[in-house]
Amino acid sequence: MPDTGDILRLENLEVHFPIQGGLFDRVLGRPAGVVRAVDGIDLTIGHGEIVALVGESGSGKTTVGRVITKLAQPTAGRLLFEGADMTSVRGLSALRPYRHHVQMIFQDAYQALNSRHTVFDIVAEPLRSLRLVENDAQLTERVSEALAAAGLNPPGDFFARFPHELSGGQRQRVVIAGALAVRPELIVADEPVSMLDVSIRAQILQVLVDLRDKHNMALLFITHDLPLAWLIADRIAVLYLGKLVEIGSADEITFNPRHPYTVALRDATPQIHTDADRSKLPALQGEVPSAARVPKGCRFHPRCPLAFDRCRQDEPPAIEVGPQHLSACWLAN
Amino acid sequence: MTDFSKDNAPLLEVDRLSVDYSLKAVSARAIENVSFGLRAGEAVALVGESGSGKTTTAMAIAGLLSANALVSGGEVRYRGERLPIDDDAAMRPHRWSETSVVFQGAMNALNPVHRIIKQIAEPCRLKLRMSRGEATARARELLELVGIPADRGTAYPHELSGGMRQRVMIAMALACRPSIVIGDEPTTALDVITQAQILKLLGDLRSRLNLALILITHDLSVVAEACDRVMIMYSGRIVEDGTVGEIFAKPKHPYTKLLIDSIPNPAKGKRMIRPIPGDPPNLVSRPSGCAFHPRCPSAMAVCTTEVPSLDPLGCGRVACHLHQSLTQEDKIAAHA
Repeated sequence: MPDTGDILRLENLEVHFPIQGGLFDRVLGRPAGVVRAVDGIDLTIGHGEIVALVGESGSGKTTVGRVITKLAQPTAGRLLFEGADMTSVRGLSALRPYRHHVQMIFQDAYQALNSRHTVFDIVAEPLRSLRLVENDAQLTERVSEALAAAGLNPPGDFFARFPHELSGGQRQRVVIAGALAVRPELIVADEPVSMLDVSIRAQILQVLVDLRDKHNMALLFITHDLPLAWLIADRIAVLYLGKLVEIGSADEITFNPRHPYTVALRDATPQIHTDADRSKLPALQGEVPSAARVPKGCRFHPRCPLAFDRCRQDEPPAIEVGPQHLSACWLAN
Repeated sequence: MTDFSKDNAPLLEVDRLSVDYSLKAVSARAIENVSFGLRAGEAVALVGESGSGKTTTAMAIAGLLSANALVSGGEVRYRGERLPIDDDAAMRPHRWSETSVVFQGAMNALNPVHRIIKQIAEPCRLKLRMSRGEATARARELLELVGIPADRGTAYPHELSGGMRQRVMIAMALACRPSIVIGDEPTTALDVITQAQILKLLGDLRSRLNLALILITHDLSVVAEACDRVMIMYSGRIVEDGTVGEIFAKPKHPYTKLLIDSIPNPAKGKRMIRPIPGDPPNLVSRPSGCAFHPRCPSAMAVCTTEVPSLDPLGCGRVACHLHQSLTQEDKIAAHA
């Protein structure tokens, strides 16, 4: 395909986890089930593009992030990075060049940092293990650069400090600095601000946006918060039970959502200014079903206020409903 | 004149309450001079970041302060009578029967080895001296009240989703028919759609049972959906108090303004939110004067030395030197 603009491409990606049946099931020869965590998604991320992956817990958004960073192995589909098929590349040394280009920021900065290492060692760790520096002077320079880019200034003040001496916002910056140190081209950020105080969030988001603006870094921003996704992303992809239900530009998804689930997400988000055009659809009842028992037809139909016969039978394909705007809903036709 | 209207007398009065925590060598003041009233059926929110003292305030009201906490000043009155908030045993008749708490982590707050119906029935048996049969009947009634079919009562906590568990927590809090429910971040760990369902449930219960609600949260947008009044806390003090409409439409304190600005709001157009510079102060080394002054875009000379008092303004209260009568020197200093 001629899309050379894409840094990352997911093609029909599937991650199914087998359920270990009990002894009773095995004796009776009952087949073990599967949890369809990610159930066939197509997604591209361009160079320097910020894509937000939005979904509730259990939607599979974190699993997608883990596949991209090669922390989970897909059961089907392909993962292409700069056109090269990375799906079956495994093993520490084979993945070293890839890890140099793709980094992950985890949600919980309290757990992601080794409490017995200094900030310097934490940020230096990926540089050392990926063998990106030749001497100590270079190492110090790269660590300083990463800390400064993550907004920890002056960097020298933080070298000898331990995570417990830092505030929550500073800790999250150290996590970001660790990811930045190797100068990646793509960062997968899994809920990077959800644990932070509101007044700190904007600072961290600013750091991420600056990285894109200055270094043309691409970002996959995983979140459950639609307004936050709108704030930071160029495009938003909405995930429900392992499948993308809608994808489009941040403005299109926010102001002109075409899938009932996206509309429900928008309506459920508490707002400080009540708009007149809200709550056109009744609020959703119930919860996301288990990924081990994905409903037949459209997987959203049991909760969809607009579901009709066809939704219970056939799974809707993603259909273009606007420029660069796809929605997997029979009503979109 | 003598017949004080019952509707107007606050159900709960928090009067100049201060609480200190003693840490290894130092003592940290968690809240200072916190005063507010709560009427029957009223829903107020305590909003602040971690370390702002919102949870300490609420736990003090429920008499659930930790062992190293000391009530160093002020008092809490319930229906006009002083509550023994620092005496665990003396608080026991009051707690759950008058004031109950819905805790944040519904995953950890429920006992994993007991069926939920038993856990809901337990306070009824212990506090209301019900027989086993009566208590179970009451528990089934409570489950239906929070929107769980009573037959699901035989489930264990791990068999329920996060939203259902939070409903169980609410049912337990309502078991002894309290008049005040304190919700400590009751929706923080939940997904948006579940959060909306729980907020709606709390609102419905409030109007059906005439509950007073104290909602502790760091999320201002949740407040807009669920409360009448909001108090913004910063570093142990209330900095602004007002109706939800007033606070969102015309915030007075610079901190409140910045907090509101940091909520992404698609309706307001693009895009990047204005970051609040700096980090929240820690309790041991609190800045002098107004604790917000190192981060405040409109800080003046007086802010670094004098703590602003929480004075009435409009229909609310605000603690900010910008809204107090300024001396001439301060005005000059502010423009310099």
